[in-house]
Amino acid sequence: MKFRAAGRHIKESFKSIKRNGWMTFAAISAVAITLLLVGSLIALLMNVNKLASDVEEDVSVRVYVATGTEESEQEALRSELDEIDNIESIEFSSREEELDNVMGSYGEEFGLFEGDDNPLHDVFILNTSLPEYTSVVAEEAEQLGSVVDNVNYGGAEADRLFELMGTVRNVGAVIIGALIFTAVFLISNTIRITIFSRRTEIEIMKLVGATNWFIRWPFLIEGALIGFAGALIPVSIISYVYLRGFDTLMGYLSGTYFSLLPPNPFLIQIVILLLTIGIVIGSVGSSLSIRKFLKV
Amino acid sequence: MIEMKNVYKKYPNGITAINGLDVTIDQGEFVYIVGPSGAGKSTFIKMIYREELPTKGTVKVGKFDLMNLKNKKIPFLRRYVGVVFQDFKLLPRLTVFENVAYAMQVVGKNPKNIKKRSLEVLELVGLKHKVRMFPNELSGGEQQRVAIARAIANMPRILIADEPTGNLDPETAAGIMDLLEEINNHGTTIIMATHNSEIVNRVRHRVLAVENGRIARDQERGEYGYEI
Repeated sequence: MKFRAAGRHIKESFKSIKRNGWMTFAAISAVAITLLLVGSLIALLMNVNKLASDVEEDVSVRVYVATGTEESEQEALRSELDEIDNIESIEFSSREEELDNVMGSYGEEFGLFEGDDNPLHDVFILNTSLPEYTSVVAEEAEQLGSVVDNVNYGGAEADRLFELMGTVRNVGAVIIGALIFTAVFLISNTIRITIFSRRTEIEIMKLVGATNWFIRWPFLIEGALIGFAGALIPVSIISYVYLRGFDTLMGYLSGTYFSLLPPNPFLIQIVILLLTIGIVIGSVGSSLSIRKFLKV
Repeated sequence: MIEMKNVYKKYPNGITAINGLDVTIDQGEFVYIVGPSGAGKSTFIKMIYREELPTKGTVKVGKFDLMNLKNKKIPFLRRYVGVVFQDFKLLPRLTVFENVAYAMQVVGKNPKNIKKRSLEVLELVGLKHKVRMFPNELSGGEQQRVAIARAIANMPRILIADEPTGNLDPETAAGIMDLLEEINNHGTTIIMATHNSEIVNRVRHRVLAVENGRIARDQERGEYGYEI
């Protein structure tokens, strides 16, 4: 595209947007709604994904040792636990350490329970080599007699979460695909109408020797502008909601192993992605609809 | 120069419009295309500026080999061949000046030259005093002149006029003919399809009669030759 022509193409595209005001408005709204749904879905999916992997990281089997167990019995339990297959490491956390953890998370008030008043148990923390083994390992640990007070693991919940995640991801991808397809269709229809009103003009352009690209550029720019404008609305809504939601939810999640994706860079990536999708569907939509008219 | 050899054109609906046509037209000639309706005149003309692609044969227009012309190159052929339509095909929202300038803008001419050349061709067709008017404020003959001005703005070597006097009264038609003569005197080939026997018989030029998709008669300074 020649530099001189670029100015003309941009001017033409703005003229067409103005001339077809209501259609432009309709197309921008269509893109805005579509991208709002697409953006929210992506933000949701990515965060569910993040939570799932947080859970995955966190899955370990906690074996609580019964209160009043002798040191030698504890040693025996440790070697028994060592016998279990698929264990990567065993950590020991004494009741004092456990209390420190609790105080760290929930506040110094729990310092009241220090010393003999400590209601917590000594704990062996078993990390499995793969998350799938957690349930098996937990079962075996439970069989180890009266020194074991209780065995606890997040495995069952994790398994269900992983399964759900897979479904959510697939369904989400299909919905996102369908939404983008709809947006392309709506934009190409809008531009088809604006082209239709200019088809004599296009015919004359062809007959006096304008190249196809010369004719196509204003429509492409028009489509891209519509797409871009349509993307700005969901971008602002999603940014606002995510920033507010992030602060609120992170308040609840503090002290847990879970966290949401931080706005920097995640929100910035979503913004760039939505603007790009807007521009791309806009220009694809318009080039689809102009194709037919260029065959003169 | 236009050269057609053994050209056939069969439309998808089965009609054979051009059936083994041979013709050569030299640069600078003035040629009338005559013949009954449906004999292939329009198809013949459309094949010159590649609105229709022949089914078979050879068509050469200047340096362009139309049978092997890539779609991307068609715009450059169209700058070499100017076309004037019976229904003018002017843009109603643009002024006379803008209609002519438009044809030059879309081929990417320099804005300074566009203004100069537009006024030059509008002066040639005698409409310099009406540059700010809109097409619907002009008479039929004036609109046809604008269409001619637009067609020659990009200095084509060949000017095709499809029934340029079709909707005009005899006096206006004569004015258009004078204009085409003048353009022809500048060295531009003129190919004019017409049903106007009076003009063909009065202003003598080579006559090509198209019948049944072939050249039935090719006569220097010929006459119209059909009953009206």
